[in-house]
Amino acid sequence: MKSKLTRRRFIKGVIFSGAAATTGTGIYLAANAQSGQSAAERLVTLNINGRERRVDVLPMETLANTLRYKLNMTGTKIGCNRGECGACTVLIDGVPNYACSVLTQNVKDKAIVSIEGVKETDGTLHAVQQAFIAENAPQCGFCTPGQVMSAVALLNSNPRPTKTEAAAAMSGNLCRCGAYEHYLNGVMRASGQLA
Amino acid sequence: MSTHIGKDFTPPDIAGKVTGEIKYAEDYKREGMVFARLLTSPMPSGRVVSIDTSEALRMDGVIGVFTADDLPPVPPPGNPALASEYVTYVGQPILAVAAITEEIAESAIDKIRIDFERRDFVVDPLESLSPGGSNAYPEGNVLVRTREEGPEGAPIVGAEIRDIKWPQSAIDAIKSGSEPVGGEFTTEWAFGDLDAGFADAAQIIEEPFVTIGYPHHSLEARTGMAYWENGKCYFHGSSQSQSANNAGLARMLGIDLADLVFINEATGGGFGSKIGPYPFMAITGNFARVLNRPVQLRITREQEFYIGSARSGMQGWIKVGVKENGKVSAVDLVIVNDGGATGGGSGNSSAQHVTVAYQPENMRYRGISVYTNTTPRGAQRGPGQNEMAAVLAPMTDKAAKAVGMDRVAFRKVNVLDSNGFQGGSQGPVTSAFVREALDQGARTFGWDEKLALPKQNGSKVRGVGVGIGYHGAGGRGYDGLVRIAPDGRLHIHSGVGNLGTYSYAGTCRAAAEALQVPWERCEIVHGRSDKHLPHSSGQGGSNTIFTHTRTNWVAAQDAITKLKEIAATDLGGTADDYVIGDERVYNSSDSSIGLTYAQAAQRAMELGGKYSGQEYPDDINPLTQLAVQGLAGSGLIGVAKDNIPGQGQPPGVVVGFCEIEMDKDTGKFEILDYTAIADCGTVVHPKNFDNAMRGGAVWGVGLASLERHVYDPQNGLPANTGLYQNKPPTYLDVNTNTKMGGVNIPDPQNPTGGRGIGEPTQGASAAALSSAIADALDGHLFNTAPTTTDMIVNHLAGNTYSTKSLKTNTF
Ligand code: FES
Ligand code: FES
Repeated sequence: MKSKLTRRRFIKGVIFSGAAATTGTGIYLAANAQSGQSAAERLVTLNINGRERRVDVLPMETLANTLRYKLNMTGTKIGCNRGECGACTVLIDGVPNYACSVLTQNVKDKAIVSIEGVKETDGTLHAVQQAFIAENAPQCGFCTPGQVMSAVALLNSNPRPTKTEAAAAMSGNLCRCGAYEHYLNGVMRASGQLA
Repeated sequence: MSTHIGKDFTPPDIAGKVTGEIKYAEDYKREGMVFARLLTSPMPSGRVVSIDTSEALRMDGVIGVFTADDLPPVPPPGNPALASEYVTYVGQPILAVAAITEEIAESAIDKIRIDFERRDFVVDPLESLSPGGSNAYPEGNVLVRTREEGPEGAPIVGAEIRDIKWPQSAIDAIKSGSEPVGGEFTTEWAFGDLDAGFADAAQIIEEPFVTIGYPHHSLEARTGMAYWENGKCYFHGSSQSQSANNAGLARMLGIDLADLVFINEATGGGFGSKIGPYPFMAITGNFARVLNRPVQLRITREQEFYIGSARSGMQGWIKVGVKENGKVSAVDLVIVNDGGATGGGSGNSSAQHVTVAYQPENMRYRGISVYTNTTPRGAQRGPGQNEMAAVLAPMTDKAAKAVGMDRVAFRKVNVLDSNGFQGGSQGPVTSAFVREALDQGARTFGWDEKLALPKQNGSKVRGVGVGIGYHGAGGRGYDGLVRIAPDGRLHIHSGVGNLGTYSYAGTCRAAAEALQVPWERCEIVHGRSDKHLPHSSGQGGSNTIFTHTRTNWVAAQDAITKLKEIAATDLGGTADDYVIGDERVYNSSDSSIGLTYAQAAQRAMELGGKYSGQEYPDDINPLTQLAVQGLAGSGLIGVAKDNIPGQGQPPGVVVGFCEIEMDKDTGKFEILDYTAIADCGTVVHPKNFDNAMRGGAVWGVGLASLERHVYDPQNGLPANTGLYQNKPPTYLDVNTNTKMGGVNIPDPQNPTGGRGIGEPTQGASAAALSSAIADALDGHLFNTAPTTTDMIVNHLAGNTYSTKSLKTNTF
């Protein structure tokens, strides 16, 4: 290489803006740098898992990012960040949505349920979660929160789906480990159709 | 009678998976953490002329830029974490930028100017081998492994890049399905007398074949987060293994084993691409040290395609001689591997599959592995074996038909058994019961009944197929470590990773079994190396069940010996007078004379020395030594290296049976039935066995019919970097009423009887599906993996599509 690149040239002062370097603050600074929106417009109230959460949201910020990086709700996974895998599935007014493909600013008036809101407040697992455990459904588990969300939505609208209906309803959730049959058996079990 | 082995249990981490509470590497944050992003090569082949980062570095919030100059140099043919002078594939990382937010890091990347010089590229190995063909690297086009003498005379495996061209006649020959006479190879082996074998043959089958590589696309892109504290590096890494990372990663970071804490509670899939520390971990760890801040390096889905590894491809030729009685008398096999930007192929493992499937009397294998300007290749679930299984199955059917035999019967004549061999060195196996698996599978599937059914149904046609998947399934010589705590509970320390097979937990059952401790009184200690974890094998290669039931077993035996010795010391008699049961060690002639495990653990702490880990055997690995030192004085320590005598490779074999219905108008097919039977010794954890079998079956569908690299031949740009275009199987592509079973005959070289099964599950499924596709089309051989719908519909339409061009990586 012609120009010899050295570490020294590329590393700025290592104590640069140390106080501002936590995740939340960082995004706030980025917003200042990148957007014309005022701080008041960016501050939104979201209804997540039945609770009101006030959060500072960039104009182009996705719900998956808000959940994971602003609210520290890391159960929602990002598998592709481009609407191809379903790992980020959340319910918006009861309908499964890819949180990576939803702008947070657009869901200010909606009820959002993420994986953290699926179990009972006393900690009892949802029937879908219990059934997924009984069926040893997750392998690596990275798709599992999304699979749970899609299964919960399915059973809310169709409490006794056939396996074929369940496969169609869940087909927006990829599982690279290939645990499909176990998730479907979980849905059958949660809907009381499997002993 | 086993109380744990062969019984279901709930792995401790599964609840965290259904609630989302379990943490993957990118779920961790740390005060002051900064975000790193990669700048990657936009072209398949070129030279970096200059890099200008000045504008990026002027941006508010940008902390630093990290390049190859910040890392120790990796001479070719290594796979450097960051490119220095030459880039050899689209997506190759060139530098990393750290900023206080990901958004700023990404914006900064846009501001970096790099001048490149373009070089010729190549995406097809045969094109590179042709006279005048381009080379993927300036140094050449072929990876050659060389044996060099190490510093103390110990042989080490080295490698170099060479420039090899074949005469055009050899290229033309292999493309037209004949032996590429005059072609140079870099790997060769043979046994028996090939000419005599072919002379013995009543029928000879000769076919070309091509298999196309494809990305692992683990659902969790490989994120890392590292920080340095008190002289130690804490590294949250996405890895399918745990302890297998420590030594290599410590080397990458230039620190002592004791100064690395590797943390990996859960991993979002690996499939061979995250077995050990991968080069990109060096960026995260070293960048964090340079910046003196926690650094999270998260990559995108597209980048996971680029750097997340992929299966190598094959272009090949095979000639098989079959005797009247169906026995394969001779095999001549040639494989040109597509090694992508890393150059390594799996041809030898492909040849190994052939030895297991056919146990040929005489065989020759010749291989060469060619670099292309496509993504780096590495181990992917049954690398070599599984893609070979996919293309070999329809040829096997053709051979059976040629000698007038049923396809299952033909396989029974030829396949591996306990007296058989695997690989070119014809090494022994520990045990094998594949014939039993074939019988069990044929019965469960209803092979004879399905063959008797009519094939045509209007525009639909049925096909049934059978296939075999194989992979070596176990290793030896790793360490086990258990601790009986002063409260009597059994802590089983596992250095096995958690990639989703739960074998980290299943193998711990061996220690509970040996010490006869109820499962609820056991604790599995795993997930971060500062919890004192022993040296373990990489969580790959289908090996964990065999390897680590044994290590946990030997550690438990060591604990039992110590329990008896302590009892004899305290209560009189000799150690031989004592037995264990009900969490006590007691005199065999008077059970009232004894100690509870809790009492014995407390005594171990008082006695010290070997009993509580102040002393340990000198044959255990340095990592295990550190772990024992960390536990010393905290209970009764059982620690041992697996020195269980024995020899031979434990094989993992699965047989698959598949029934499809194909629409002759569209070329699409539906899998009506799939049955798979494993020969993996004792099934250690039945529920998880089912999931492993089914997951592998899904992977087989991808290999045989859906997944492949596609590069634009004009510009060398990948056309399918995302999940959608790359098409891993979905709920709608696979059968979801599959039948799984195991022969369940214990392996004599494992005290628990188990062998691994992760990889052959895919090979069996891919092979059975390829076989069924060929059957639906009256035995037509595509000789490809995958055989996609467009290939099928073109064949049905009588179009000129021909696999004999052996073209690969393009459309
Ligand atoms: S992360 Fe949202 S669909 Fe993949
Ligand atoms: S369990 Fe691994 S991706 Fe579904």
